[in-house]
Amino acid sequence: MAFNYDSYLRVEKMPTLWCWGCGDGVILKAFIRAVDKLGWSKDDVCLVSGIGCSGRFSSYTDFNTVHTTHGRTIAFATGVKLANPTKHVVCVAGDGDALAIGGNHTIHGCRRNIDISLILINNFIYGLTNSQTSPTTPQGMWTVSQKAGNIDPTFDGCKLAIAAGASFVARENVTEPRKLEKVILEGLKHRGFSFIEALSNCHINLGRKNKMNSAMENLDWIDSITVSKAKYDKMSDEERLNLLPTGILHQDNEAAEYCDMYEEIKKVHQKQRKVITQDDFAKKI
Amino acid sequence: MSTREIISTGNDLAAIASVDAGCMFFGGYPITPSSEVMHTISDLLPKVGGAAIQMEDEIAGVAAAIGASMSGVRSLTATSGPGISLKAENLGLAQMAEVPLVVVNVMRGGPSTGLPTRVSQGDVAQAKNPSHGDYKSITLCAGSLAECYTETVRAFNLADRFMQPVFVLLDETLGHMHGKAVLPTVEEVKAGIKLRKTFDGPAEEYHPYGVEQDEGAVLNPMFTGYRYHFTGLHHDKNGFPTEEIETCRKLIERLFHKVEAHQDEIDSYEEYMLDDAEIMIVAYGSVSLAAKESIRHLRAEGIKAGLFRPITLWPSPVEAIKKHTDRIKKVLCVELNIGQYHSEVQRAAGRLDIDGLFKVNGRPLSPYEIVNKVKEL
Repeated sequence: MAFNYDSYLRVEKMPTLWCWGCGDGVILKAFIRAVDKLGWSKDDVCLVSGIGCSGRFSSYTDFNTVHTTHGRTIAFATGVKLANPTKHVVCVAGDGDALAIGGNHTIHGCRRNIDISLILINNFIYGLTNSQTSPTTPQGMWTVSQKAGNIDPTFDGCKLAIAAGASFVARENVTEPRKLEKVILEGLKHRGFSFIEALSNCHINLGRKNKMNSAMENLDWIDSITVSKAKYDKMSDEERLNLLPTGILHQDNEAAEYCDMYEEIKKVHQKQRKVITQDDFAKKI
Repeated sequence: MSTREIISTGNDLAAIASVDAGCMFFGGYPITPSSEVMHTISDLLPKVGGAAIQMEDEIAGVAAAIGASMSGVRSLTATSGPGISLKAENLGLAQMAEVPLVVVNVMRGGPSTGLPTRVSQGDVAQAKNPSHGDYKSITLCAGSLAECYTETVRAFNLADRFMQPVFVLLDETLGHMHGKAVLPTVEEVKAGIKLRKTFDGPAEEYHPYGVEQDEGAVLNPMFTGYRYHFTGLHHDKNGFPTEEIETCRKLIERLFHKVEAHQDEIDSYEEYMLDDAEIMIVAYGSVSLAAKESIRHLRAEGIKAGLFRPITLWPSPVEAIKKHTDRIKKVLCVELNIGQYHSEVQRAAGRLDIDGLFKVNGRPLSPYEIVNKVKEL
C-alpha cells in the first residue's frame, strides 16, 4: 500500500504555494517518511522555518510549527530545544536564510552542537523574491541582481558546517528521494547538531534564466554537479572542481551535545559540586 | 504586606525578580550597562531547573527567548538601546504572534554606540515603537531599586495577561546603583503570579487567535496535544497565514485594542506632593529621585512644587496627566533625552506650553539643576 502522508500534513492548506515541479515537495515527503520511520509522536515535534519558499514548510506539516523571521530559525529553535530538551526540534531553512542573513546562527548552532536538525533546502537562488543572487548561486549565472553574471564566489554550506563543529553533516539531491530520506532519517536520529543540505530545483527563477527551461533540465544540472562521497573521495582536486559530494559527509557520535552539557551545569548549580572542567566533555576516544 | 530588605543593584534585582516571578529561560547577549542581568540570572536559573544562554548576537538572544516562550515557558531578555535596535524585528514577531516576553532595557547614551557606560533615557520613544507596523507597546519604568524588582515582576504578569512583549526600562544609574531595597516577600510574589490563559477543551475546538477583539491570544504550551502555527504573517484564528481582508483588519486592530481597552490594568504612576502644588515636575526613572530631592529643597524655600511620575510610560497615563495639567499652570518635564516624553505630556495635556529640562551629556541630573530651572519658570 502506498505511504499515507495525510496524517502528517495539514491537508486543508493544500495546494502548496510551491510551483509545479518544485523539489520542495520531494523534501517534504522524504522528511515525513523519515519521521514516520522514527515513530515520533506529532506532539513531540517542533518544526521551525524561516522566510522564503522553504519558510512555508512549517504551515503544511501537522506538528508544533513556528514560522519565524528571515534567517533566525536556529536561534528560535535553540530556545525551544533548551527549554524542552526531551523534545524533537527541526529547522527548515533556505540557502539565503541559513547561509546569508542567518549565517551567524548556522555557525553557532553547529558550534554548540545542540540537538537540532537543520534541513537546508538549497535551490541556488532567492526563489520567492524573484531571482536575486544567493550565497550558493554558481559564479557566472544570471540573477536579477547580477544580470551580467554572478561574480560572488559560491559558498559550500556543508564545509562550513563541518568546520563550525556540527556533528552530523550530509547532502542529498531531490532526484534521489530515497537517499534523501535516508540522510534525513540519520540526521534526525543523530544526537547533536545535524546539518542536512537538500539540493533542490528552482526552474522558474533560476532555471528559466540560465538555459534550463524545465524542472527536468534544472534537475539534470543538479545531477551533473553532484557525485557520491565515495566517488568524490577518490577524485583528484582537478576532477572535484565544481562538484558537490553527496551522502553523509561527516558524523561524530561522541561529540558532547549542548543540552546534555547544560544538564551538567544545572547539577553544578544545584549541588554546589565542582565546576565543570574540560575533561567532563572531552571526547571519549 | 510583609516585606524583606535586600542590598543589591538594580540589574541584579531585575534578574532576581524574574526568577521569583517564575521565569525559566533567559536568552541574551552581553551589552553595557545591562550585562549584570545576564551574569546573575545565569547563576540563578540552572538552580531552579531553568536555562540561561548567551547567544551569538542580540538578534539570537531575543529569538531564543521568544522560542522558549512560544513553547510555554516564561522568558526574559535583557539589553540596552543598541540591542533593542537589533532585536526590533523579532520583537515585532512577538507582537504579531502574541508571544509574551519581558525585555529589560538598561538605557545608556545614544544614538549608535553613544555613551555605553553613562546614563540616558534616550530609549523611551524607541520602546513605544521598536518594530515596524501597528501594535501598542507596554513599557514600564522603574524609579527606584525596589521598583527594579517589583516592575519586573509586574511585567511578567502583564506579558502573560496581554500576550505580548513588555519592556522594563532601567537606566544606567539605577542598573548600577547599589543599596537597600524593601521588597515584597517571595511568597507574596509567587502568590501573585498570573500565568497566560490556556485552553483545555478538545483540540478541534481550539482556536488560539480566535478571541474577542479586546483579548490576547490563548496560546497553549507546545507538546501538549494542541498543534497550531506561529507566524509573523497576518494570520487567521488558528495562526495560519491569510490575506482575507476582514481577518487582516481585525487582527491588527485587536493587537491595538486589547491593550487600549484594559489600560486601567496597566496604568501606574506616583503623585508626590501634588495636592497643593503650583508647579508640577514630570520625571521618571532615576531622574525622579533627583526631582523628589529638588522638591524638598523648593518646598523649604516656600515654592510649592510636586512630582508626577509615570511608572507605566506606554500606554501613557493620559487622563491622570491631564487632571493635573488642567489645574497646574507651570509644568516642567525633566528628562535625560531631548523631550521624548515631553511631547507625550503636551499631547496628554492638550497644551504646548509645557516646559522642559533636558540633558544629553551622559551625566545624571542633579537636584540643583532642577531647583534652578524651576525658579526660572
